[in-house]
Amino acid sequence: MSDVLLEAKKITMQFGGLKAVDSVEFQIKKGQLAGLIGPNGAGKTTVFNMLTGVYQPTHGEVMLEGKSLKGLRPYQISHRGIARTFQNIRLFKGLTVLENVLIATHQHVNYGLMDTLLQTRKFIETEKALEEKAMALLEIFSLQSKAHEPASSLPYGQQRKLEIVRALATDPKIILLDEPAAGMNHSETHGLMETIAKIREQFNLTVLLIEHDMKLVMGICENIVVLDHGVKIEEGSPKHIQNSKRVIEAYLGVEETL
Amino acid sequence: MRALKNPLISLAAALLFGVAVQFGFNEYIQLLVLFVSVNCLMAMSLNLVNGYTGQFSLGHAGFMAIGAYFTAYASLHWSFLPPSLSALTFFIYAIGSGLLAALAGFLVGLPSLRLKGDYLAIVTLGFGEIIRVALLNMDFLGGPRGLANIPGFDSFYMSYAFAMLWILICFFTIWRVMKSSYGRGFLSVREDEIAAEATGINTTGMKVRAFVLSSFFAGVAGALFAHYTNFINPSSFTFLQSVNAVIMVVLGGMGSMSGSIAAAIIVTVLPEALRPLQDLTGIDLRMVIYSLALILVMILRPKGIFGELEITDIWRKYVRRSARS
Repeated sequence: MSDVLLEAKKITMQFGGLKAVDSVEFQIKKGQLAGLIGPNGAGKTTVFNMLTGVYQPTHGEVMLEGKSLKGLRPYQISHRGIARTFQNIRLFKGLTVLENVLIATHQHVNYGLMDTLLQTRKFIETEKALEEKAMALLEIFSLQSKAHEPASSLPYGQQRKLEIVRALATDPKIILLDEPAAGMNHSETHGLMETIAKIREQFNLTVLLIEHDMKLVMGICENIVVLDHGVKIEEGSPKHIQNSKRVIEAYLGVEETL
Repeated sequence: MRALKNPLISLAAALLFGVAVQFGFNEYIQLLVLFVSVNCLMAMSLNLVNGYTGQFSLGHAGFMAIGAYFTAYASLHWSFLPPSLSALTFFIYAIGSGLLAALAGFLVGLPSLRLKGDYLAIVTLGFGEIIRVALLNMDFLGGPRGLANIPGFDSFYMSYAFAMLWILICFFTIWRVMKSSYGRGFLSVREDEIAAEATGINTTGMKVRAFVLSSFFAGVAGALFAHYTNFINPSSFTFLQSVNAVIMVVLGGMGSMSGSIAAAIIVTVLPEALRPLQDLTGIDLRMVIYSLALILVMILRPKGIFGELEITDIWRKYVRRSARS
């Protein structure tokens, strides 16, 4: 199929004797909003790390638009169009909010050392364009008024948002969100759901998210992959997942007859 | 050219200050001013690696040595311009020194910058020692006896102008780079390497860039050093010299150009300024007081004199506060 954007082909991650992820396969179609769920320790974040090149899969490979990402470093994968956020927020804490976003635009910079030293027109115009782009992105998340504050001074919810802005600034084809709603209250989660839907529309994005908040996942995801102990146990629409016996067993355990 | 406006204004101001030093002070103070400028170059360039990029390098003296030996050898053995143009010749040699040191920085940096923290410190320390020991055993560079009678400038003012020119080139290069996307890349490596990679920054590439640029100016600092002392030998570039550069960066504040410059002045001047005390008391308390001063600063201002701020930031803050009240 040609409209497959991201494909995991039997990816396996082995840490010594532990198989954290075992031959997981899934496809994400262009424009889809997919979810990756599973109990704690199921290997969800490990899958993310393999998709983004932090880990090289022990077996199998990841394909983006039909091209293998084997052997690429994380920054090269970012250039190909996969952006991500982290479960435990990883902002550049000492830098300002604007700088955090500008760093992500570095791959679009085309000026060199001489342009920088001589402050050529190319340098000035590129810098201005990048800043405008960054401010426009910040505005979507109503962070523009905090642009010059240090990222560490933002409240938790806004730090999560800033991480999404930073990921968007790389102009990704697909964005991977690792527990975007972790630690958020009900209304914040609701706001986040709307924003995810909005950016997806506006940037023509494909989204894959890990989430424990079932309301969020069932509410917005079109396709859900369920992992347990590093193995894919189910895949399908939210309705299908909700009624799957294997998923319920993975989350709640097997009923024992006494 | 608008890009050259600020550097030229600064150069003019520095040269004007030089006139005052030329006529107002004796030769001892004048030599001290030249050593301050060499240390300024060392501190500013090391700050790029240790302060902005967050990579702990302990081999800065090695790059300085490479630069110093290149310039010394070249000025002793080569001559392709008439002696009246010696300043221009020296400028070209200084660039050569910088490029050679930068090449060394590239060769050392490429494999070793994959290491982090303490490990990188050990590798760079080892590199500095390798350079020193290699120089000890190179007979055409004088071996342990070093190179003597290195030609210098005709007058103090020429030496001073030469130093100021290089300091300003170094300052504006690093300043402008830090205000560009590459500078933000350096900072992102310091802040969080994993996040930097995930946002598309080639962290190894960034570290190597910072290292090469930093070694270039360390090489230039070595070139100035060779001209000013007229004599160099391997023991001018020991591990202590590298530590001295680290002290300046940490004392001034990691990631502050103003801090590096201020610390270079303090670290060079303080031991000398305490000399009269020795005449007065009869015992040499200089190093005791110097060390105590360092300890006190680190206790009272653990992030260095300037922290991460620049003098312009402080100025802006002060003006804003006084405007409000």
